[in-house]
Amino acid sequence: MIARAGLPRSPRDWAVLLALLAYATPFFWQLLTSLKPEAELMVLPPVFPSRLTWEHYRVVLGQSVMLRALINSLGVGIITTVLALGLGIFGAYGIARYPIPGKALLLLLIVGGTAFPQIATVSPLYLLMRALSLRDTWLALILANTSFALPLVIWLLTGFLQEIPVGLEEAASVDGASRPRAFRWIVLPLLAPGLASAALLTFLFSWNEFLFAYTFTATEASRTVPVALALFPGVFEVPWGDIAAASILASIPPVALVVGLQRYLVRGLLSGALRE
Amino acid sequence: MRSQRRASVQGLLLLAPALFALGALTLYPTLWVCWLSLQRRIPIFGVERFEGLGNFFFLATDPRFWKATQVTFVFTAASVALELVGGVLVALALRGQRSGARVALSFLLLAWALPSVVTAKLFEWLYNPAAGLVNFLLGGVALNWLGDPRLALPGLIMADVWRTLPFVTVLCYARLLAIPVELYEAAQMDGAGAVATFTRITLPLLRRILLIAVLFRTLDALRSFDLMFVLTGGGPAGTTETLTVYAYRSLFQIVQLGLGSAVGVVVFALVMLVAWGYLRALRHEGLAA
Repeated sequence: MIARAGLPRSPRDWAVLLALLAYATPFFWQLLTSLKPEAELMVLPPVFPSRLTWEHYRVVLGQSVMLRALINSLGVGIITTVLALGLGIFGAYGIARYPIPGKALLLLLIVGGTAFPQIATVSPLYLLMRALSLRDTWLALILANTSFALPLVIWLLTGFLQEIPVGLEEAASVDGASRPRAFRWIVLPLLAPGLASAALLTFLFSWNEFLFAYTFTATEASRTVPVALALFPGVFEVPWGDIAAASILASIPPVALVVGLQRYLVRGLLSGALRE
Repeated sequence: MRSQRRASVQGLLLLAPALFALGALTLYPTLWVCWLSLQRRIPIFGVERFEGLGNFFFLATDPRFWKATQVTFVFTAASVALELVGGVLVALALRGQRSGARVALSFLLLAWALPSVVTAKLFEWLYNPAAGLVNFLLGGVALNWLGDPRLALPGLIMADVWRTLPFVTVLCYARLLAIPVELYEAAQMDGAGAVATFTRITLPLLRRILLIAVLFRTLDALRSFDLMFVLTGGGPAGTTETLTVYAYRSLFQIVQLGLGSAVGVVVFALVMLVAWGYLRALRHEGLAA
């Protein structure tokens, strides 16, 4: 229902589309800035530059900091997503399909977990990471991000699992399939869209996460994109063009997900909010 | 009975890894931070001793803490209110969209999906006093948005509203699409105007989703950190320093782990209090599930 492909066909629809295009101006302005020649940056008007240049991207990708940060963010994001989904899918299956004592309280705690403020646990986690000699490693970020994303993943997947009729698995077991086999061949394919939604939200969370990354990292070895952007070096003047280029690079995965996989994103967003 | 018990053991075994991760990396640090908040810990001076509620007594008379509390409340109230009104308006505009809704929604979700550090950088540039788009669009004024103590908080709130309004819109839009058209046709036949239709039909049907949106957004606003930390750093003159920024500065810049943890505990308590209050209100309305 939400996703209707194609361009508008009536003037009214064009008006709404253009209004929302205008809403995204801050982003497009940064995109334009990232392509402006250095000399034209601090002059406004004119709004549009005399020519477009890749110079800022060349500078940003030429420094090792940003390139390394993109790799770190991608690695941490993918591993966090795999780990959170791996832990979450079994946990959610346990909650949805087994008679666990205190299930209602457990679910309440998990929902509460999604509202958890990071600032409250950043100091003990910092001491923990230091004690385990994990400072400035991917593992520190992966562990912190996974534990933070896990409540939402379990919450989403439990809901999606409850929508799949138990009868299907029971029928399979009558036919002689073991529980793991029934899970693999019946539940998992039906759960795939839900898994995609949970994976998208987890990856986005990890890609965007700043507080843990800023606190637990110290060097290029593990600094993620948001941290590199926040610490963007400017010696004498603020390099607005380079910052703009770096911002656009940092935006590529979120923008790609919004444009390419909008359906799963919206579904995850909605089912996270709409149950209870 | 026996098979029942075997089933719950199996279920718990499936849950065990997730519960272990949450226990080690969320529950344990939560207990630890409460313990830290009762201590005086200044690593650079080698100070480390138990202080009881000393940090909280200090905060009770600390003007900076009360200022940060006030900023947090103003920020939360203003951004949630603006997001709610704006979010509903955009959702109403989108509902009438017969074609191109997916593309339109992409522009909106873009703002929501960007890292908040990127949002901070976008607005820092938009607010630039000399070459910023905001001053240019206001007719070439020379306002120093992030440097003026009167303008910094409104500037920060606008950036947050831009980033999170789409969330409210998506929730409301999905709800609006589920309202049967017949309801509106009936209202039209009864001669109801646009305003009456909105207040009598649309708004009551949106009520529950709006309550949920308010809950989610309030919790997010209370604990948000990235945007103000990167955009204004709490300045100028502490006018945008929220409790989270104060906690962070105490923890890692003044390096008073005990005091910073105490502020963190306050944020935690605030968030849980709001969540509990809302859940009670929702249940009271009989709107759960």
